[in-house]
Amino acid sequence: MNLTVNGISHEVESSGLRPLLHVLREELGITSPKAGCQQGGCGTCTVLVDGEPRRSCLLPLAAVDGASITTVEGLGTPEHLGPVQAAFHDNYGSQCGFCTPGVLLATHALIERSPNAGRDEIEEALAGHVCRCTGYVKIIESVEAAVGGAS
Amino acid sequence: MGLNDISVLIPSTADEAIEAFGDGKNVVVVAGGTVVMPDIAAGRLRPKQALYLGRAGLDGITRKKGKVTIGAATPVSALADADPPLAQAAAHVGDLEVRAQATVGGNLCSASSDDAPRGDLQAAFLALGASVRSAGKGGEKTQSLEKFLADGAGRLVLDVSYDDEPRQAGYAAVWRPHTHHYTILAVAAAKRDGELRLAATGVAPRAVLLDPDDPLKGLELRDDALASAWYRAQLIPRLVERALSDIQGV
Repeated sequence: MNLTVNGISHEVESSGLRPLLHVLREELGITSPKAGCQQGGCGTCTVLVDGEPRRSCLLPLAAVDGASITTVEGLGTPEHLGPVQAAFHDNYGSQCGFCTPGVLLATHALIERSPNAGRDEIEEALAGHVCRCTGYVKIIESVEAAVGGAS
Repeated sequence: MGLNDISVLIPSTADEAIEAFGDGKNVVVVAGGTVVMPDIAAGRLRPKQALYLGRAGLDGITRKKGKVTIGAATPVSALADADPPLAQAAAHVGDLEVRAQATVGGNLCSASSDDAPRGDLQAAFLALGASVRSAGKGGEKTQSLEKFLADGAGRLVLDVSYDDEPRQAGYAAVWRPHTHHYTILAVAAAKRDGELRLAATGVAPRAVLLDPDDPLKGLELRDDALASAWYRAQLIPRLVERALSDIQGV
């Protein structure tokens, strides 16, 4: 099967039933999607599949054969942060960082589909992303800053 | 036995999917993956064969000949603008990402476990008087959803349909927002030509029709991780009241 991850094409050999999360982390060595609850409930394994946020722990490889995957590495580099990454950096939107990859990707997708997203839309977009540091106030402020920067 | 020992069938048409499913023995169907993938990944579920349904063309919503028909692989998110009370029930499923992955067929086949009430759409479809078209042992058949659920849902759902007629509808649910996105209890109601259909999710492993005159009649409520049987018994009449208050003139 074939996966394009952050613009680079990969032939992968895992079983079509293996979760995308494990293919990314173990076969391709891309470890930003985190193995959190692994039941679809925490959000930290979220990646973009053809631009849409999806839980990589719930997606069998067969579902994404030929798809384009974006992980948080695809949003920018340490030297040149993407706009969502920069907004989180400037607004202290990350504490321990475990939920951050999923939150950043969900935020990126939200701004792509709704550049002027308001508070309700932000809360809906992040409803499936659990921050166990409970840093939600700073996370929401960071998303609002990213939305403000995009609109 | 590892993942590589499971043969993965990826049918590209509905006919191929029906043939691959056969009588359903030793086959696990994976569509959105939201229910079965955690068990497969953790090794709790090791079927001989897995059937990935996402490329069989079984998704989509059509309205023709007086019927609304929803394909088994249609994502729950596609029901956001569906007829009430279906849209309200769909909005209660998981979160944005899970709704985009989870499928209608998977929701109809899911049973509640002790830590996870499931099948939010079942009550809404029961209220709408829906029929399920499925394949499996004995070939293809179309049956009422209540019969399908009572039989244990061990078949390959192809689609679910209901009459495309105007109705009055109501919906009321109790859920626990944040970190646990399961609906504890939900009541869906629909009234058409004077006939009221009332159904609940969260009162049994699969959704059931309720008697509008005595909603607790015949229910065998159980405790689970989210609510006790006692609590559910207190809530059901209140939810029925709220769902019916959405219906004009009731």
